[in-house]
Amino acid sequence: MLPTPDLSHLKRKDYEFVYEPAEDTFLFLDAFEDEVYFLKELQPAISLEIGSGSGCVTAFVGKILGESSCLKYCTDINPKAARATQGTAKQNKVSVDIIETHLVSGLLPRLEGQIDLMYFNPPYVLTPSEEVGSHSVEAAWAGGIDGREVIDEFLPYIKRLLSVKGAFYMVVVNENKPDEIREIMKNDGFDSSVVKTRLAGREKLFILKFVRTAA
Amino acid sequence: MLQCHVKGCNANNFPLELQEVVLEQEEAEMNEDFLRNMLTKIEYDALVATCLKLDINDLPAAIPADAAYNDEFLQILHRVILETHIKSGKMVCPNCQHNYIIRDGIPNMLLAEHEV
Ligand SMILES: C[S@@+](CC[C@H](N)C(=O)[O-])C[C@H]1O[C@@H](n2cnc3c(N)ncnc32)[C@H](O)[C@@H]1O
Ligand SMILES: [Zn+2]
Repeated sequence: MLPTPDLSHLKRKDYEFVYEPAEDTFLFLDAFEDEVYFLKELQPAISLEIGSGSGCVTAFVGKILGESSCLKYCTDINPKAARATQGTAKQNKVSVDIIETHLVSGLLPRLEGQIDLMYFNPPYVLTPSEEVGSHSVEAAWAGGIDGREVIDEFLPYIKRLLSVKGAFYMVVVNENKPDEIREIMKNDGFDSSVVKTRLAGREKLFILKFVRTAA
Repeated sequence: MLQCHVKGCNANNFPLELQEVVLEQEEAEMNEDFLRNMLTKIEYDALVATCLKLDINDLPAAIPADAAYNDEFLQILHRVILETHIKSGKMVCPNCQHNYIIRDGIPNMLLAEHEV
């Protein structure tokens, strides 16, 4: 088992402003641990995490991939999260380039078709639409109708950013209608699979994986 | 690497011009396989141009024919793309003049509501 990244530099106070790793985060780590063999084979040159929050997931993935083997980008809409990710990268000796932005704004078209590994633990909680779009800690969970508003805005970017061999991983819950998401992605030319599921309290969590359908 | 995305700003907006830049060097372990992998992904001319603006003159103007096995070249590339970081400064769009601020080593690409 790989150790969970060291987050000891983040204090109670920080988690008032930045999403604290929770069941969804840990299921994501477990999924990547299951995927170690695939990830090593993939040998990504460029990776991208959307909404990195504390930076826990990218620090973990960075350890799997090994030092200096991959340019690792992260984005977050919350400036405090961007700084938390930076601190976590330092603490765990993983080099990360972090950008404060909405989803992937500013990265296209330069990174078009260049990302070998991409992953997103999105705000997936069902909330009123008005709660979507904050730049502070609420952005970590507020997903709007069906918890799908941010997810649906992001899906069209996947086909633009991923390289031919690229893989994309995402956390969703049952209420997000995973089958419908997989159907949308199928129409964009992606095969999907469920890497992991877990019941956490009332949430049924899924880790979905997408790769381009072989021509 | 980053691109202006102000609404209606679609032409002549790359590369963003770096201004008032403060650089920072941070040592990183060298990985030749990764660098070879990157050779196919980077736009070399854009990289050289950006470096020159930042007074980094070490990269040859053209990519060496034996780049993948040229140790000296790979060493420079390693230093430029993995060990050199922009600590602070701003990136100005050559078309609409929008300023994107880099603070604590983090570029802020967020726009105000009316610019999206
Ligand atoms: C559920 S949290 C996940 C945080 C971290 N990756 C983890 O797994 O613990 C969602 C993250 O996405 C960020 N986020 C929400 N909407 C975003 C957007 N439109 N663009 C970029 N990041 C966003 C939030 O600020 C938050 O850090
Ligand atoms: Zn512009």
